[in-house]
Amino acid sequence: MLIPPPPARPEKPLPLELVKITKRFGSFVANNEISLSVPPGTFHALLGENGAGKSTLVKCIMGFHQASEGDILIGGHSRSIKSPYDAYQFGIGMVYQHFTLVPAMTVAENLVLSRPDIPRVIDWKMEMARLRKFMETAPFQVDLLTPASQLAAGEKQKVEILKQLYLDTKFLILDEPTSVLTPVEADEVLGLIRKKVESGLLSVLLITHKFREVFGFCDEITVLRRGQFAGRGLVRDMTADQMAEMMMGGPRESKTVSKSSSNRGKAALNLKDLWADKDSGVPAVEGVSLTVHEGEVVGIAGVSGNGQRELVEVLAGQRTSTSGEVNIHGQPYRATREEAFAHKVFLLPEEPLRNGCVPQMSVAENMALRSFDRAPMTRAKCFINRKAIRQNAVEMISRYSVKTRSPETPIGDLSGGNVQRAVLARELGSGSENILVAANPCFGLDFAAVASIHAKITEARNRGVAVLLVSEDLDELLALSDRLLVISHGKLVYETIPAEADIKTIGHHMAGH
Amino acid sequence: MTSESMGWWGVLLGVSAGAVRGGTPFLLVSLGECLTEKSGKINLGLEGTLLMGAMSAYAFSYKTGSPWIGVIAAGIAGALMGAVHAFLVTRPKVNDIAAGIAMLIFGSGLAFFLGKPYIQPSAPQLSPISLGGWSDTAQIQAALKISPIFFLGAGIAFAMNWFFRSTRAGMHVRAVGDSPAAARALGISVERTRILSIVAGSALAGVGGAHLSLFYPGAWTEAISSGQGLMAVALVIFSRWNPVHCLYASLVFGGAQAVGPALQAVGVSTGYYLWNASPYILTLLVMVATCSPKRTLVGAPGALGASS
Ligand SMILES: Nc1ncnc2c1ncn2[C@@H]1O[C@H](COP(=O)(O)OP(=O)(O)OP(=O)(O)O)[C@@H](O)[C@H]1O
Ligand SMILES: [Mg+2]
Repeated sequence: MLIPPPPARPEKPLPLELVKITKRFGSFVANNEISLSVPPGTFHALLGENGAGKSTLVKCIMGFHQASEGDILIGGHSRSIKSPYDAYQFGIGMVYQHFTLVPAMTVAENLVLSRPDIPRVIDWKMEMARLRKFMETAPFQVDLLTPASQLAAGEKQKVEILKQLYLDTKFLILDEPTSVLTPVEADEVLGLIRKKVESGLLSVLLITHKFREVFGFCDEITVLRRGQFAGRGLVRDMTADQMAEMMMGGPRESKTVSKSSSNRGKAALNLKDLWADKDSGVPAVEGVSLTVHEGEVVGIAGVSGNGQRELVEVLAGQRTSTSGEVNIHGQPYRATREEAFAHKVFLLPEEPLRNGCVPQMSVAENMALRSFDRAPMTRAKCFINRKAIRQNAVEMISRYSVKTRSPETPIGDLSGGNVQRAVLARELGSGSENILVAANPCFGLDFAAVASIHAKITEARNRGVAVLLVSEDLDELLALSDRLLVISHGKLVYETIPAEADIKTIGHHMAGH
Repeated sequence: MTSESMGWWGVLLGVSAGAVRGGTPFLLVSLGECLTEKSGKINLGLEGTLLMGAMSAYAFSYKTGSPWIGVIAAGIAGALMGAVHAFLVTRPKVNDIAAGIAMLIFGSGLAFFLGKPYIQPSAPQLSPISLGGWSDTAQIQAALKISPIFFLGAGIAFAMNWFFRSTRAGMHVRAVGDSPAAARALGISVERTRILSIVAGSALAGVGGAHLSLFYPGAWTEAISSGQGLMAVALVIFSRWNPVHCLYASLVFGGAQAVGPALQAVGVSTGYYLWNASPYILTLLVMVATCSPKRTLVGAPGALGASS
């Protein structure tokens, strides 16, 4: 915004048109002759199920992938975009679905690095002054000197969006930018972007699974289904059901599992005055005490970066607590593999590709991470039974409808939503859990998948499983939890029952007042 | 005065002189390894590169009569070795460690093969920079005759620190080493950045070899390096990938190497071989002391050694 764009870059958004774009990965066709047009100063939504090919298509616009066939017209001229640098020159910028911050670098370094036109030698004094000035006008604040690795998912997402504002992008591609923001934050961000669009300063191509955002902010939609074009239309002429039908290729079926009346059992998971530090050694979780009973969903609401990540990491065994206790059925729990197995503790971490997967290993191997060292996947306690691993994967893939070319595909190649499903399948697939800890379990899933996961969680609760649900999606928490706690600055500050909850009061506590 | 008459001061002096003299090859190789690893690749072959550098420096100094042409030749020989390693490790599915070990054996073999004719003749040496003029003690004067390569290395250490923080190319190297996916999304060519880092890093290791053959010990023999190239890898780890820390760590290692000989000079010869092993023992101790189950190594490039 403050940085004058180089003369070659457009001052205003240019019309962008995709003509019959086809993208193949080997013999697999991820996009088949997709056409799409975004006139300048409009807000366009790209919709489709998980794995439909949305991310692949926009990555072709960014020069991250090269389209196998087809043309990209910018301002009416066919252009070849060979790398994200070229895209930048046309004023195109993108917030990727998976974070693209360099973990070891600070927020400031990440912002500066993203500018392709940075001088060979960086004058940090000047850059910092410039960044501080930019931050004064920024819609949200992030500490410039924090390394990106220490930011929670929501904060990272904010930095990604700040990056595009800092780059003064004219054509902004957003790949599920709000999946880790609270609804209030999401509205704020999209509202701000919408304003820029209305004043003709920006065009937006938004990938989202949330109809609320489509109706709230978008002008036009294009829908993909399994790599094929499946329809387009103006938002004002359409209903959510029509959109859903385009996406699924059939009418929307809702399968909700209703909560059985409270059958709260004995205490299962108990945290007593738990403290944990961030990587930097600053306390992140400050004396959290809570109890989750069997057959109960306890929700934890909060703005990302208030200690949820560290709390879940302690329960996952990724981080050691500095003091306090974690007890399961009255016994101390240190989250070792043996203990997790004995107590049947399962966990859906946030950013599953990073926290719950080995990206280079296959889908089948990732799905076996919990159980590969036990019969039937291991014979005679030492020989891995590849057939059993594959069989398990084949079954899970169909039960959880994970879209993958084969069980042998590296999990890192799956679409964002399908990675999530694969991890879900591993954690919920055995159906034997006693305790389930879930952090943002629906991050990036399409509406059908969200419904099915919510159903799975409710079903587990009805079966008597103790569920701790940490989420930044308030609607999700209100729908699923029996009790709702609010975390702010590492402390639990408020407790309520969803039926009696007042969103305003919750928001108030989340904001730390 | 002789060493004996200086007593324990003599030991201290000997160790300090050894720190600089013996630390210089560690310094150059560890800076080279640091640059390579910051880009996310490991080069275990720098021991071979060091030997190639030592041999080329000696040969060119002998042929041309100018030791500085020797130093440049060592850098070029190092860069060529680096180019081969870079070519190998940027192929898909090539493991850096395996390629590095192959390069180590290849480099030392090639150096011994090409260096055979230069074992006998004596080549012009690099002239030291003397900082001991103020003293009239011979030992102090001798100890303060410092290799120009040391100053070069020390300068590069600080320059590299600045390079990583305040230049575009340096930030690109860090980005590529920490998160290749993020770097790609930013339009940085991961492969190109890595190739350049490996080549430049190897050139530095080659120059380290010039110090061996043209300054200390100052001859070309097959026993000229005693694993400095390999230990430099460990040195980079506990320098936390920080070039300036590499400088300090190299001095500590160089000093540790000199403890045995310095003690012998004052007549303490018990445990001579044990003292000679002190750099290796130091490596192990520092590794044990600095590892922590709680956090990953601060400064470790996120994608170090990962395939693709
Ligand atoms: N680099 C790659 N190599 C091979 N296949 C890939 C690659 N990237 C994506 N795919 C495949 O292409 C298909 C479309 O993926 P894409 O990421 O575009 O989906 P998406 O519509 O963005 O889904 P989501 O909503 O889950 O993010 C998927 O089946 C995926 O496995
Ligand atoms: Mg996607």
